[in-house]
Amino acid sequence: MASNYQFQNTGRDLQKDLLGHWYKRLEDAPKTGTPVAYLFISGNICELLRCFGFEIVFPEVNALQCGIKKVAGNMILKAEDLGYSSDVCGYVKNDIGLVASGNRGPFGTMPKPDLLVCNYSGCNTYIKWFEALAELYGARFFMLDVPYRRTGETMRPEDLHYVVKQLEQLAQVCAEISGNKFDMDKLREQLEYARQAEELWVKILHSAKNRPSPFDAFFEAVFFMAPIYVLRGTKECVDYYQAAWNEIEERIQHNIGPLSEERFRVVMEGPPPWPNFRNFWELFKRWGVVSVASTYSKVGGIWDFGMRHDPSRPMESLAEYAVNCYTNWDWSLRRSMLERYAKEYSADALVIHSVKSCRAFSVGQADVREHFSKVQGLPTLFVESDLADPRYFSEAQLRNRIDAFFESLEHRRMASRQPVTAAPTKSGSAT
Amino acid sequence: MNGATDHFWEKAQRWEELVEQCRALALDVQFPTVQAWKQRTGGQAVGCFPVYTPQELITAAGALPVNLFGARGQIDIDHADSRIQSFVCSIARSTLELGLAGHLKWLDGFVVPSICDVARNLSGVWKHNFTEGFLFYMHLPQNVDSDAAKTYYRGELERLCDCLSDKTGRPVAEAPLRKAISVFNRNRSLLNELGARRSAQPEKWPSSHIYAIVATGNVLSREEHNALLERALALGEASLRPKRDAVRVVLRGAFCEQPPLELLEVLEDAGCAVVDDDLQIGSRFFLEPVAETGDPLNALVEAYLHGTVLTPVNNPGKRSRNDDLLDRCKKKGIQGIIFASPKFCEPALYDAVLLRRAAERSSLPTLEFEYEEKMSVFESVRMQAETFVESILFFS
Repeated sequence: MASNYQFQNTGRDLQKDLLGHWYKRLEDAPKTGTPVAYLFISGNICELLRCFGFEIVFPEVNALQCGIKKVAGNMILKAEDLGYSSDVCGYVKNDIGLVASGNRGPFGTMPKPDLLVCNYSGCNTYIKWFEALAELYGARFFMLDVPYRRTGETMRPEDLHYVVKQLEQLAQVCAEISGNKFDMDKLREQLEYARQAEELWVKILHSAKNRPSPFDAFFEAVFFMAPIYVLRGTKECVDYYQAAWNEIEERIQHNIGPLSEERFRVVMEGPPPWPNFRNFWELFKRWGVVSVASTYSKVGGIWDFGMRHDPSRPMESLAEYAVNCYTNWDWSLRRSMLERYAKEYSADALVIHSVKSCRAFSVGQADVREHFSKVQGLPTLFVESDLADPRYFSEAQLRNRIDAFFESLEHRRMASRQPVTAAPTKSGSAT
Repeated sequence: MNGATDHFWEKAQRWEELVEQCRALALDVQFPTVQAWKQRTGGQAVGCFPVYTPQELITAAGALPVNLFGARGQIDIDHADSRIQSFVCSIARSTLELGLAGHLKWLDGFVVPSICDVARNLSGVWKHNFTEGFLFYMHLPQNVDSDAAKTYYRGELERLCDCLSDKTGRPVAEAPLRKAISVFNRNRSLLNELGARRSAQPEKWPSSHIYAIVATGNVLSREEHNALLERALALGEASLRPKRDAVRVVLRGAFCEQPPLELLEVLEDAGCAVVDDDLQIGSRFFLEPVAETGDPLNALVEAYLHGTVLTPVNNPGKRSRNDDLLDRCKKKGIQGIIFASPKFCEPALYDAVLLRRAAERSSLPTLEFEYEEKMSVFESVRMQAETFVESILFFS
């Protein structure tokens, strides 16, 4: 039985502080004359850019923040006024809306880019996004072309070689723009910090194998994962993950998780609906659903199968990381990952949240549903909305589908005479 | 389509007759010419998803490259809906439907280049659902100005050669590859000639007719298509069509998923003379002939990295899509630009915004609308096009 002990939410609170300080630094960059690079989250090579003193803006994180602070809808409409279609990515439109609003969002005013690094890992829309920003800002554009990871146990050496060569070219561009020389020792130092943070993050991810899972590997992981994507390679990032791990250990010791009671363990596939994040979570909480593994938490990098940044192979390990992001994996690899998660984390079901904005994530998810429900025999729930555009979130419809799914799972349990401990509550959260 | 196996173009006596036959073939989801080719030669047929698939390699391996541009609105999406969601472009869904509904039993392999998120993921869905025949996913380098891209793309081409050799039992040797490059160069030269004649006399060479003639190239061998194009040029020249008032326009956005033929007819009826377009760009994606001397793989690498027709799915590097479009407009005396993007096609929809800004800066009138493969009501497009034409004729 779970204890009455309530954990302190260090992971979430500290993350908020860290991001707040980071955004303040970004806002101050023009005053301090610090060069600014824009970068995407997936497979980002922030350590290399920080070697040259760049502050890094992640437009996806800005879009996410606008979503969760409920201003994304207005930003998206501004972009649509400029001619963007209602059918293209909400993140891109959110960012274009920000540009049209003087780059001012709920996080402050973002500096203009001196360099746009299109680290194209698993998302062609990234290219279109930064092509637009290059034109709107008149900023320099560097294409870091990262090939898709195809089938096979090992990464293709030619893919890695191609990325390494481009990283060397990028280093020259960074030196030119920043006026700073490349410092390999500084890069190695950051990669060591990255490695340490990754070790701790993986411990947190693996902790969800416990029963009950000490944390929600989707709804909480989206907060826990932020520092490793935006501040990786810094000491403060390592300190954060140490603190977060301490909290997880504490939760394990007290046998508690994110909900007062864990009734269903699920693997979550797909991104969250940011503008309705809390409501979406509540739809699952009321059934005692805990995500024990998720793919969205691997969207920026997959470390839980052993990959790490490596100071002894700096450029090579940066390249390996860039290739290993979830949406940069071929579907056969993604399916294997989901199968492994379902088995290793003892999941009762797979939940697919398919978002219109991100075709890199969603195209093929219906096929995955077929595979898991018909071939693997794992109950699979498929729901649709969007990660950025609030117009696509239909709460009543989602509630109906989610309720029907978990009700049938519960019946199935009862039929197989497994104990069901309680009826759904209005809010099962202990947090 | 009963003329599939007997070089129907040789028997056509009139331009209209040839166009009608080409149109029937282009829309035939039984792919009769492909099946006949296989029966005749015993060779393999390899599907090519748009854009930039190096079809010369497939020809050099003794196989038939077949451009798969979806089902062109000829079948209902039934099975594919359970694999790919409805907010995805029609070409991905209808190509998958063609396979699931059994229309592609002749397909021995499928090459899918990395043109967009949908194509990339489609390759995985395809591999999962079709175990017969091979699926080759190809990464087209986007960092086109990097020396590393040369080595990388050459490696991708070599990998495809190995795959084709393995499947066909015939190595992709230099001599047949040079010959294939030459045949494809000839094909592009004939297509360019057709385009040049259309630009000079659009009333004589209607785009909706040319479209059908070009479309047959997707399902014929290039040698056959070259013969057909030669016949078309001769018949077209001899055809008599009245001159009419029309505004010269360029059509952009249809490089991958194709609009219904009726859409082109509606635009022509409304008074648009389409004198430049990116329709079915998969047939003619290099600006200049590929070098026929030296190392043929290097020649293809060079052509891809620096000589492609720019589309929304290849980063232009040091070139500029805006300048490319505006230069074309200037050279061809274009009076207006039509951005016709397939619904849900993100690359085309993003580019339309930037290109439209560039056009407006140059005071070029623009019209923008979306289409779908199975679109059947064209009145709204007709009205928009008529208004567009009138605004150019009377106010420009």
